Amino acid sequence: MTSIVPKEQSSESTKDLSTEEHEDFRLFGLIAFLIADGMTFAGFFAAYLTFKAVNPIGPDAVYELELPLPTLNTVLLLLSSFTFHRAGKFLEKNQSKECQKWLLITGSLGLAFLISQMFEYFTLPFGLTDNLFASTFYALTGFHGLHVTLGSIMIMIIWWQTRVPSGRVNNENKFPFEAVELYWHFVDGIWVVLFIILYLL
Amino acid sequence: MTISLKPGNTPPEKLQPTGWLKYLSFSLDHKVIGLQYLVCGFFFYLIGGSLAGAIRVELTSPLSDFMPREVYNQVLTLHGTIMIFLWIVPVVNGAFGNYLIPFYVGARDMAFPRLNAVAFWLIPPSGLMLITSYFINGAAQSGWTAYPPLSITTPAAGQIIWILSVLLLGGSSIFGGINFIATILKLRRPGLKLMQLPMYCWAMLGTSILVVLSTPVLAGTLILLSFDIVAHTGFFNPSLGGNVIVYQHLFWFYSHPAVYIMVLPAFGLVSEILPIHSRKPLFGYTTMVFSIMGIVVLGLVVWAHHMFTSGTPPWMRLFFTIATAFIAVPTGIKFFNWVATLWGGKISLNAAMLFSCGFIINFVLGGITGVALAQVPFDVHVHDTYFVVAHFHYIVYGGSVFVIFSSIYHWFPKFTGKMLNENLGRFHFIITFIGFNLCFAPQHWLGLNGMPRRVAEYDPQFQLINQISSVGALLMALSTLPFLWNILQSILYGDEAGDNPWNALTPEWLTSSPPPVENWEGEAPLVLEPYGYGEKDSTKTQEQLK
Repeated sequence: MTSIVPKEQSSESTKDLSTEEHEDFRLFGLIAFLIADGMTFAGFFAAYLTFKAVNPIGPDAVYELELPLPTLNTVLLLLSSFTFHRAGKFLEKNQSKECQKWLLITGSLGLAFLISQMFEYFTLPFGLTDNLFASTFYALTGFHGLHVTLGSIMIMIIWWQTRVPSGRVNNENKFPFEAVELYWHFVDGIWVVLFIILYLL
Repeated sequence: MTISLKPGNTPPEKLQPTGWLKYLSFSLDHKVIGLQYLVCGFFFYLIGGSLAGAIRVELTSPLSDFMPREVYNQVLTLHGTIMIFLWIVPVVNGAFGNYLIPFYVGARDMAFPRLNAVAFWLIPPSGLMLITSYFINGAAQSGWTAYPPLSITTPAAGQIIWILSVLLLGGSSIFGGINFIATILKLRRPGLKLMQLPMYCWAMLGTSILVVLSTPVLAGTLILLSFDIVAHTGFFNPSLGGNVIVYQHLFWFYSHPAVYIMVLPAFGLVSEILPIHSRKPLFGYTTMVFSIMGIVVLGLVVWAHHMFTSGTPPWMRLFFTIATAFIAVPTGIKFFNWVATLWGGKISLNAAMLFSCGFIINFVLGGITGVALAQVPFDVHVHDTYFVVAHFHYIVYGGSVFVIFSSIYHWFPKFTGKMLNENLGRFHFIITFIGFNLCFAPQHWLGLNGMPRRVAEYDPQFQLINQISSVGALLMALSTLPFLWNILQSILYGDEAGDNPWNALTPEWLTSSPPPVENWEGEAPLVLEPYGYGEKDSTKTQEQLK
C-alpha cells in the first residue's frame, strides 16, 4: 500500500496544467487525426498503383493528362502554404491587420486551386465511369479537392476570428490558427505526393 | 480542488442531468459515456445472438427449410456485422476504455469529451439503420467481408445501407482512437510515468494505434465500393476491368488488425483482473508492454494470410506465413505471464476470475488453430470451411466476450455501488463455458471434413454434429438469462459494495462507488505501483475480506 503517495507529499501535482500543455495535447489529437486521414489517402494510392501495374485498363496517364494546369495547381498550393506561414508570423507579432491580409491571400489561393481543378475536370476527355484509370483519377483528385474545400472554409473562419478587437483567435489563443495551418500543410503535402504519383509517374 | 486536469472550457457538470436520465442524454462525463457504450453494445449483442440462434436452427437439418437462402445470407451478414462492429469493438474499446482510462492516467475526463460523446452517439443510429435495412428491400447478403463482385451484384439498397453504417461506425472508432492516444500520452497526471501505467492503458494505446492506422483504409475502400454500386464505376468489378484482389488486400489491411482491435483490449482487461483476484503482482510487466507493441507491429503486416487461396504469389504466401507464425511469440509471452501471475497466488474463484480463466483456456485453443491456419497447405485444405468458423469464434467469443463478462463481474461494483450475486455468476460461467465449447469444438471436425461455411444446406452426413453444435448454441443463449437476472436483481436489491470490494490498488477503486462526476472528491491519487500486491498485503486483505 506504500505505493500510493499521500496527498501532502504530492505537491507537484497541485499546479494547473498550463495553456501550453493544453495546446500540446490538442495538437497531439490533431496529428493523430492527420495520420488517420493520411492512411485513407495511402489506401487510395495503393489501389491506384496496383491498378496501374496489374490492370492497365484505359489510356495511360502520361498520354491523357495535360501538365500545365496541375503544375499551376501545385504552385498555387505551395504558395498558399508560404502565405499561411507569413500570416502566422504576423499573428505572433500581434499585427492582426497584416495577419488577416495574408490569410485572405491564402484562402484566395485555395479557391483559385479549386477553380483551376474544376476547369481541368471540364477539359478532360474522359468521365468518371469511362474506364478504371478515369475512375481512380477522379476518386483521388476529388477526395483531395474535398480536403481543399474544407480547408478553405476553415481558413475563412480563422480569417473572421482573427479580427480585432472582437475576434477569438489572437496571440494568446492561437491553437485554432495552428491547427488549421497544420491541416493546410498536410493537404499541400498530400497534393505533392498525388501530383507525382498521378501526373508524373 | 486545485488541480485542473480537465481540458476544454466547459465543465461537464453543466450538462449533467442526475439519476437515470443521464444515461439517456448527451452527457460529456466519460463514465456515463462508457456505460452508454456497454448497455448499447449489450442490446446489439442480444440481437446478434438471436440471429446466431436463427442460423443454428436453420443448420439443425441439412435442407434450407427454416428460412429461404437469401434470408439466411442476410441473417449471416447481419450477425457478423453486428457482433463485430456493434458489440465487441465498441464494448472492449469504448465502454471499458472510456470508463477506466481517465482513472488510470489520473485525469478528470478524456482529452476530448465532446468528440467522445459524438463517437458514442454515432453508434445507436447506425446500428438501427443496419437492422432496419432488413425490412427495406432486403439487407446486405454478402457476408461481413462484402467481397465484390458479390456485393456489387446483389440488391444494392441493403448493401449501401451496410456500407454507410460501417463507415459511421468506423468514424466512431477513429474518433475514439484519437481520444485514447491523446489521453494516455498527454493527459497523464504529473509524476506518473508511462511504465507505471496499468496494463490496460498500454493495451488501449496499442489498439488505438491500430485503429488510427487501419480503419481509414477500410473507410476509403468502402467509399470506392459504394461508387461501384451507385455510380457503376469499375474499381472492383472485373467485367469493367477492375480487380477484386485489390479489394481483398485493402479490406484485410483493416480487418486483420480488427482482430487485435477486439482482442488487445481484452488482454489488457485480463491483466487487470488476474492480479487482483490472485493477490499477486502482474508477472513481467515490461515484457507484457513489449509484447503488446510487438503484436501491434506484426498485426499490421500479416493481412494476406486471409488470401492464401486468392491466387497470391508464393513469395507472398511465404512472407505472410512466417509473419503470422511470429505473432504466436508475443502472444505466448502474454499467456505465460498470466499463468505465472496465477502461480502460487491466493486465487479466489469468483465469477470474474472464472471468466478470465475460461478466456485463457479458450484463447489458447483458438491460438493453436490460428497457427495451424497460418500454414499454407493446411489453410488451403480448410479454407472457407467450418474449421475457420470454429477458430475465429474461439478467438472472438472465447476471447473477447468471455473477457467482457469477466470485466462486467469485476467492475459492476464500481459502476453501480452494488455487488453481483457470485453464485449466479458462477452458474452463468459454467453454462456459458459448456455451451460455448459444445457449440464450437465440434465445428473443427465439420471443417476438417469439408463442410463449407456460409451455406444454408449441407451434406446429410454432418447433421448429427450440427445438431450437437446447435444444442451448445441453445445453452449459450440460455446462459444470458441468469446474467440478466443477476444484473436486474443486484441493481434493485444488491448488497452495498463499498468503495473497494476487491481490495485493489488500481486508481479507479480509490474513489467512491459509483464515482463522483469529476472522478475524485479531492485530488487524484498518484498510484506508482498499480500491481503492488505482496505477501503481507495478501494476508491482510484476505482477513479484511472475511
